[in-house]
Amino acid sequence: MLNIVRRSASQGPRQWILGMLQGSNYATQEATFETQPFKLHKLDQGPATEQTVTRDQALSYYTTMQTIRRLETTAANLYKAKIIRGFCHLYSGQEAIAVGIEGALTKEDAIITAYRAHGWTYTRGVPVAGVLAELTGRKSGCSQGKGGSMHMYTRNFYGGNGIVGAQVPLGAGIAFAMKYQGKKNVCVALYGDGAANQGQIFEAYNMSKLWDIPVIFVCENNGYGMGTSVERASASTEYYTRGDYVPGIWVDSMDLISVRAAAEFAKQYAIKNGPILLECATYRYHGHSMSDPGTSYRSREEVQEVRQKRDPIILFKEKITGAGLVTDEELKKIDVAVRKEVEEAAEKAKTDPELPLEALYHDIYNQPPAGMRVRGCDPTIWADSK
Amino acid sequence: MALTLRTFVSAVRSLSLQHRLHGRNVALVTSRGVHFSYVPDSPNPSDGATTRMNFFQSITSALDICLEKDSTAVIFGEDVAFGGVFRCTVGLRDKYGADRVFNSPLSEQGIVAFGIGMAVAGSTAIAEIQFADYIFPAFDQLRNEAAMFRYRTGNLFDCGSLTVRTPCMAVGHGALYHSQSVEAFFAHCPGLKVVIPRGPIQAKGLLLACMRDPNPCVFFEPKILYRAAIEDVPTGDYEIPLSKAEVMLEGTDVTLIGWGTQVHVLREVAEMAQDKFNISCELIDLRTILPWDKDTILNSAAKTGRVLISHEAPMTMGFAAEIATTIQSECFLNLEAPIERVCGYDTPFPHVFEPFYMPDKWQCMTAIKKLLNY
Repeated sequence: MLNIVRRSASQGPRQWILGMLQGSNYATQEATFETQPFKLHKLDQGPATEQTVTRDQALSYYTTMQTIRRLETTAANLYKAKIIRGFCHLYSGQEAIAVGIEGALTKEDAIITAYRAHGWTYTRGVPVAGVLAELTGRKSGCSQGKGGSMHMYTRNFYGGNGIVGAQVPLGAGIAFAMKYQGKKNVCVALYGDGAANQGQIFEAYNMSKLWDIPVIFVCENNGYGMGTSVERASASTEYYTRGDYVPGIWVDSMDLISVRAAAEFAKQYAIKNGPILLECATYRYHGHSMSDPGTSYRSREEVQEVRQKRDPIILFKEKITGAGLVTDEELKKIDVAVRKEVEEAAEKAKTDPELPLEALYHDIYNQPPAGMRVRGCDPTIWADSK
Repeated sequence: MALTLRTFVSAVRSLSLQHRLHGRNVALVTSRGVHFSYVPDSPNPSDGATTRMNFFQSITSALDICLEKDSTAVIFGEDVAFGGVFRCTVGLRDKYGADRVFNSPLSEQGIVAFGIGMAVAGSTAIAEIQFADYIFPAFDQLRNEAAMFRYRTGNLFDCGSLTVRTPCMAVGHGALYHSQSVEAFFAHCPGLKVVIPRGPIQAKGLLLACMRDPNPCVFFEPKILYRAAIEDVPTGDYEIPLSKAEVMLEGTDVTLIGWGTQVHVLREVAEMAQDKFNISCELIDLRTILPWDKDTILNSAAKTGRVLISHEAPMTMGFAAEIATTIQSECFLNLEAPIERVCGYDTPFPHVFEPFYMPDKWQCMTAIKKLLNY
């Protein structure tokens, strides 16, 4: 067990878990599941409603969702202990969206999201320690500690954006570049139900349809834009139809398998035809950010009910154990390993060094003019910038 | 004077060194506390009975009075119906109804534009933008619509009854998008009024003045003060005039100019300079950034001949630049030293480096040293 855990650092979590469970002699190597019903907008045909999930996929999806959940719980605790500063928006409850969509993408596809970015950063390949160290402002963070909670990046993951809705037109631009470069890839541009009312979202719909850009708009509808429920903020809460001429699919996104099915369909559609919109109906367990207790605009009972009856991890667990793909014991082992991995990462995030002070002046311009120096708090303080 | 100055210089040098050590070893690692001491203002007795209020409660009180007396007044913005993220509108929906205090979608451009429309049609529109950092989608509306409405219609229409409230400045851990000081962008927009109060008494009087002023106002609220600043605030209706700076401490040697949170940093600087070095500072809270009170500033600059201007926004093209240029143009022969500015760095507002970024009292003390040593 110990050896396996040590090996994990270089192999990444999925390989590690699969490695840990190797040797189990399972008759059931794959199973077929029925998706939840979809709702379609301007589409004659929707995603395939039968989905095959292999044992390896089941283990991988479960591990990833569980890691995100544990990562966010740890982030919440570090924030409460004032080890994480800045603002901190947690993804707990919404894991099936990140993991389901990633299940349909390759790492050559791109993703851009807003500030609820920790889970996506992890699914894109940043280790747990890279996420937590960014949260604590350490050099080993994925943005060297210069971004913090809302600003995490890695290859083909464009963050990590602080302004509500501002990332969506960027996503259209990223997808346009992919098309222009002849790549058969998509960009997934995510936003929340709150951001869905920003004007620039509609500008992005128009441009992407006008130029047939392979972008998948994903509205993660968790029911509340900060403290305002969707009914109070949106004239139409059928977000999957709000692209008008952009076709859309509504997906029950507490069900990972449905999300994956919709994302697979959307990817093929977008590459062939241009933009498509997914509305991923989900729920967030924590407040909008750590400074919002999340109970003044909804009841504790409401949150509890979702946790008990519609939790995406529990639902997925029931499916894969019910189909005989994995056993409860195996999943328990995964839970223990995930906990250990996140605990170790948290320790690293607390103790790694911060960037030296000089870094305050760097990264303002790329290739700054020769001799350019950045002014500090008074005209006598000047520092080199690179 | 020479002896005093030498003592002063060496003491400041040693304080500065301590600061650097302190900054490296303590500020980054363990403590990121408030960078100023808050000294409460005293209420004006003629404004009547007072209640103890913090900054956000004084804002609520001003909004309450406005809604009560002006039946056309409405409040809207993100989450204001249940009190707002900083609690400034707590209880107002219950008291005045959901048709007068209501949530808007997350749509900054829409919020401000909607407010301009309401104001043009005769209502008092009080809009909240949740953080000043988020105001830029609405910048077009404020700059191209609100600021110019009166001018371009030959005074036929205006949106003077619009007030946009928004929290600004550093809070100790806000990072890039919850810390910015954006007043200088709006200072470039003739037609707008731009106001930043320093505490609860000021906030209430200035906000009431803004809501009743016949010009569109952008009212910035230093968010670190919402809970940290507590005063005995008059419970009744009173206004503090716009475009009027306040001389908070009279002095003879150096003029210190700031607004919002930075006034409190400068007040401590004035006390340190007095206590340790017998330097008399005149402290001025500018209060209104646009149109600003040149007379008060120029009179003080002419008297002391030495001026320090300090703000949290980056130095380049910060509002200190405008003040400094005006002073040198009007008071050139009165000046004993080049005007000093202590401001935020010319970098984005940093995440982990916030303690270094802040124009703190030690940096201001060093600037005073230079003013006296010139």
